[in-house]
Amino acid sequence: MKDLFIILDISKTHLLAKKKQTAVAALGVTFGIGMFIIMMSFMTGLNELLDGLVLNRTPHVQIYNKTAPTETQPSDRYFDVLNNLNYIHSIKPKSRLERIHNALPILSELKKNDQVKGATPQATCKVFYLAGSNNLNGVISGIEVKEEVRLFNFKDYIVDGDVNSLIKKKNSILLGAGVAKKLSLSVGDKIQVVNTKGANFSLSIGGIYQSGLAEVDDIQSYVNLKMAQQILGAGGNYISRIHVKLNDINDAVPISTLIKNLYDVEALDIKKANAQFDTGSDIRTLISYVVSITLLIVAGFGIYNILNMFIYEKMNDIAILKATGFTGKDVMYIFIVQALVIGMLGGVLGIGLGYGVSLIIDEIPFVTEALPTIKTYPINYDPLFYVTGITFALISTFLAGYLPARKAQKLDPVEIIRGQ
Amino acid sequence: MNLILETKNINKYFLEPVKFHVLKDISIQLQRQEFVSIMGKSGCGKSTLLYILSTMDTNYDGELIIDGQNMSNQTKDDLARIRNEKIGFIFQFHYLLPEFTVLKNVMLPALKLGKDDANTIKKNALEKLDILGIADQANKKASRLSGGQKQRVAIARSIINNPKIIMGDEPTGNLDSKNSEIVFDVLRKLSAELDMSMLIVTHDHDFAKKTDRIIEMEDGFIL
Repeated sequence: MKDLFIILDISKTHLLAKKKQTAVAALGVTFGIGMFIIMMSFMTGLNELLDGLVLNRTPHVQIYNKTAPTETQPSDRYFDVLNNLNYIHSIKPKSRLERIHNALPILSELKKNDQVKGATPQATCKVFYLAGSNNLNGVISGIEVKEEVRLFNFKDYIVDGDVNSLIKKKNSILLGAGVAKKLSLSVGDKIQVVNTKGANFSLSIGGIYQSGLAEVDDIQSYVNLKMAQQILGAGGNYISRIHVKLNDINDAVPISTLIKNLYDVEALDIKKANAQFDTGSDIRTLISYVVSITLLIVAGFGIYNILNMFIYEKMNDIAILKATGFTGKDVMYIFIVQALVIGMLGGVLGIGLGYGVSLIIDEIPFVTEALPTIKTYPINYDPLFYVTGITFALISTFLAGYLPARKAQKLDPVEIIRGQ
Repeated sequence: MNLILETKNINKYFLEPVKFHVLKDISIQLQRQEFVSIMGKSGCGKSTLLYILSTMDTNYDGELIIDGQNMSNQTKDDLARIRNEKIGFIFQFHYLLPEFTVLKNVMLPALKLGKDDANTIKKNALEKLDILGIADQANKKASRLSGGQKQRVAIARSIINNPKIIMGDEPTGNLDSKNSEIVFDVLRKLSAELDMSMLIVTHDHDFAKKTDRIIEMEDGFIL
């Protein structure tokens, strides 16, 4: 205990006596850790932005009716396949309705599942947007706005007007940005749409929808689910798609298999739907790991170098302390304490620097068509970076203090004195 | 027996740059309160011997017995404790910790020993500084003192724990005759009053003549 007090006292004197040197060593740590935090925040921020571009609006499981030929043809059931060679030419799919059979019970079952964060029904209908003598092809999806906003950040893609207009007014429409541009329409205007059967509907534009993908924005619009069902001329149980969002994206594959097995529907999980995206995302993650490890190694060596010099300059003091009766351990602790103080000081400043610069980057304008809600560069304020940063600062300063001090611990004092 | 320090056949070799036999069968004895000086030409091995006697160099053959204890089989931590408690060492170049105050430099070995509380140690340190006539410099930084003052601080530091033996490696080597005389008188006085033995390496004939016994060395032998 008493030794500890002396050790702390000596360390304090050393650190305070050469404030400039202490400051330089601490700043070395600060820059290393600060840069690490800034790079990681910025890089993973961009990564998350790119991931979010796809993941936020993509349902984890999409449920719909598939149009495909029946896998087991009746003839195969009747004539045993093992002993007969059945051959049917030109198989065509059975005519099926686009609507999901028993959609409402499926929906309420899904909502009860613990793994499911939410499920939203959609009714999709093909329409023409009327503009004078021009007819534009289009697709209108009927949605439950509140759930879409909650689960798929639908609000982010409404660049003009109000997403809730769909709830307030039954014949309100959120018009695709491409359509709006082509027809020179804006919020508050009326638009005529014609369904496939030729019936005409007049809708009022409550907002403009922009996904960032031109081919989508040129055809896609959204209305209330009820309105879509009316355009389709169908009842309240007409639902053509169900979009499911799960609590954990990794459950997507098993859940979609389960749904496929339980109900007479097709279920597509996000992994299959976005295979190429998944690969890109994996590689981006890999790159950010490599960069972060490189940054830490570079910062670590910098810190190690500066502190090592700091301690080698004190070799004389080590000899004196040992000559007057301090043990190798005492001397080692003295330098470890100093190294750790510098590491702590530099690390905390580094966290401050990292956070500060992150805040500045967060304010730099960054405008992109793809993400209408993003106005500035994205920053990921994950506390893990800060914890990693300070931990690393402490570990590298500890080693930088420990290794030379351990060497000094073993030396006879005279060896240091003679070496001068 | 009044032996405080004894060596039996100490041999020491330098291996770098070529193998060199520095100390050859050194056997000496030092009595309590004895004031002994070691003389010899540069390179005859007297400093090397002194470093071995002070336990700061453990790389030698032979036996070293201090205050009845054999040093050969002690760990480095034990040696550090023995240095702290029983040996005061005065270097040629004072070797003070430049960032610390004079007082702190003197106090540190006692704080390490931990026999007294900090206040008593401070009082003792001031007393020792007073003996050496530099109590007024106590709160200055060690690096701000003159050479003679530094050397006296180093002596104060060496006696703070009331060691059994004080060893000096040319403690007056860098001092003018007036300061040398002060240092000698102080050492003499301490040896008598505080029951300390002195083992001083020196080049200074006038200094050596005043001591109880002179050990002369040449080429690693004791003459």
